[in-house]
Amino acid sequence: MVTLQDLKHISDYEWEIPKTYRPDMRVPVRLFATRRLLEDVMKDKSLEQAVNAATLPGLVGHVIVMPDMHQGYGFPIGGVAATRLPDGVISPGGIGYDINCGVRLLGSQIGYEAALPHLDDLATALNHYCPSGVGEGGSVHTTEAELIAVCRQGSRWALKQGFASEADLRRTEESGCVEGANPDKVSVRARQRGRPQLGSLGAGNHFVEIDLVEQIFDLQAASVMGLEEGTLAVQIHCGSRGFGHQICTDYVEEFQAAVKRYNIHLVDRELVCAPLNSPEGQDYLGAMRCAANYAFANRQILAHSARKAFEQVLAGKIKNWHLHQVYDICHNMGKIETHIIDGEQMQVCVHRKGATRAFGPGTPELPEEYRSIGQPVLVPGSMGTASWVLVGTAASMELSFGSTCHGSGRLMSRHEAKRNVRGEKLRQDLEAAGIHIRAGSMAGLAEEAPQAYKDVDQVVDAVVGGGIARKVARLHPLVVIKG
Amino acid sequence: MQAEFGFRELAHTADWELEVWAPDLPTLLEQAALGMYTISGVQLEPGENQTRKIILRAADAESLLVQFLSELLWIEQDQNLAFVRISVTVDDDYNLNADLSGSSIVKMDKEIKAVTYHNLQVQALSAGLRVNIVFDV
Repeated sequence: MVTLQDLKHISDYEWEIPKTYRPDMRVPVRLFATRRLLEDVMKDKSLEQAVNAATLPGLVGHVIVMPDMHQGYGFPIGGVAATRLPDGVISPGGIGYDINCGVRLLGSQIGYEAALPHLDDLATALNHYCPSGVGEGGSVHTTEAELIAVCRQGSRWALKQGFASEADLRRTEESGCVEGANPDKVSVRARQRGRPQLGSLGAGNHFVEIDLVEQIFDLQAASVMGLEEGTLAVQIHCGSRGFGHQICTDYVEEFQAAVKRYNIHLVDRELVCAPLNSPEGQDYLGAMRCAANYAFANRQILAHSARKAFEQVLAGKIKNWHLHQVYDICHNMGKIETHIIDGEQMQVCVHRKGATRAFGPGTPELPEEYRSIGQPVLVPGSMGTASWVLVGTAASMELSFGSTCHGSGRLMSRHEAKRNVRGEKLRQDLEAAGIHIRAGSMAGLAEEAPQAYKDVDQVVDAVVGGGIARKVARLHPLVVIKG
Repeated sequence: MQAEFGFRELAHTADWELEVWAPDLPTLLEQAALGMYTISGVQLEPGENQTRKIILRAADAESLLVQFLSELLWIEQDQNLAFVRISVTVDDDYNLNADLSGSSIVKMDKEIKAVTYHNLQVQALSAGLRVNIVFDV
C-alpha cells in the first residue's frame, strides 16, 4: 500500500512515486494533486494501480495520475501512460471498455433570464430526443453497411446524414474521425451491439446537461469559444456504448494469450497488452479506432437531437436559440502522438483513461481558431455541481503528455452512495435548488449523488496549480438528463 | 456461520465488486452468474420459458469465469434474456457445459459494461473456492 511517506514532494501540486518504490516499475509515477486530495486517494487502490501500470513494457517518461484519480480496474481512472513506437505495448484495459467516452460542449447566446420560463420544457424535450437508460436503443438504427461507414468516417458520416455542420467537425478532437480504423477487426458481436445504439446516451454517469455560464476567467479564450457570462450551454457526456464495450471485452480476452506469446509478465491480468508493432496490437488499434469514430458520431447525433429540442421549445419565443459547438473531447483513448521526452522527440502511444488531451497553444493538431489559446478542455462536475471549461498549456505538453483531468472523480463507492442517499430525496433536493432533473432510475441517481464525488473546484485548482491547464469558464447546472 | 456457497457485493470506488464462494468450480460459476444478475437488479417475466446451452473452453479457471459471465452478458444484451436456473459442469481441461433456464427481462436497474480480469484469482481455501470479480459499470 502506497503511503504519503513513499511520495516525493515536487511542489504543492506535484508528487512522485519513485521508480525505486517497487523493483518491477519501469518508470516513476507522477501525481498532480494537493495534499488534501491525495489523502482522499489513499483510501482506495488508485496509487497501487498506478504503480502496476508503471510496469508495462515500453513506457517512457512517467505514468501520470490526475487529481480526479480513483480506483478503476487495471489502470486507475485519471491515468496517462505513454509507450514508445514501434515496440512499446498497447493495453486495451489502459483505455477502458467505454472507448472514446468523452464530453461535448455546445454554447449559445440564449440569456438565462429569457430561458428561465422554458427550462422545464427543455428538460422534457431533451429527455424525449436523447434516448437514455439501461438497454435503451438509439435514435438512429444503422444497417451493417452504415455501421462500417460510421467506423471509418465517424462524425464525417454524421455530416453526410445531415446531423452535423462543418464547424462541428472542425471543433471536434481529431475532427471527429481517427484515421486507421479497420472494421474487419471488429467482431460480429460488437457490430450487432453497435447497430441499434447510435444516438443514445446509455446509463451510469452519462448525461445531457443544460448549464449557465456562471463566471468567465479568461475573457479572450471564452470569446474565441463563443462563451458569454449569463448564457446557456449544453454538455453531452457519453461514449461508444455496447459497441466499444464489446470491442474491449474481445481484445482483453484475446490478449490473455498474446502476453504469453510475447513473454510479457503482468502483475494484473487486466493490464494485458501487446506490442504496438505486433499483429495483435495492430488489430486492436484498428478496432479501437472504429469505436472511437462510433463515439464521435454518437455524440454528434446527440448534439443534433439537443438542437432539435431547443428548436422545438424556443423557436419563435427567443430570438437566437441556436447551439454552436465549442469542442468535443475524448477521455478514454489511445492515440499515436509526437512528444518530447527527456529532450528527445519521439512517437508514442498515449493511453488516457479518464484523462483529457490538453494540447497547449500553437499545437498544429488544433483548429485554427484555437491555436492561439490552446485546446479547450471540458471537465464536468458531479450531478448538481459546477463544471469547468479549461484550456491546455505549454507546460501540459512538457509535464503530462499534453493531458489534464477529466472530471471530479469518485470518492464514495456506488454501494455506499446507495446506502447513504435516497434517489427520490436527492431529486427533490436538486429540484428545490432550481435544477430540473429527468432520470431513468432513482437507484442510478443515488449512485451519482454529488457527495459520492470529489469537489470539482479542488480538482481544477490542482491542475491549474500544477500548470497543466488554465481556467476559462465555470458552468452551473440548470437541467440534468440521466439514464 | 457463512453458507457453503453464495455471493456478496463489496465496496469499490467506481465499479462493482462481487465476492463469490463455493465448494467447487461449477458452483462458483453458477453463484457468480446469479450474483451478477442480482447486482444488476434484473427482474424477469414470470415462468421459465426460455432455455439456452453454453459450451466454452478456457485456459484456466479465471478465463472460464470471465468468458462465462461475458457470454451471459451478451445474451442479456442481445436477446434480453436472463436465467434463474443455471447448471454448470466443468472438466479438468476447463471445458464448460451450462444448461440455462430463464425468461425475458422486464426491468434492470444497472447496466454492466464488462466483466474484468482485475486482480482476478480463483483461490483454493480449505472450505472450497473464493473469488472477487470487478465489473465495469
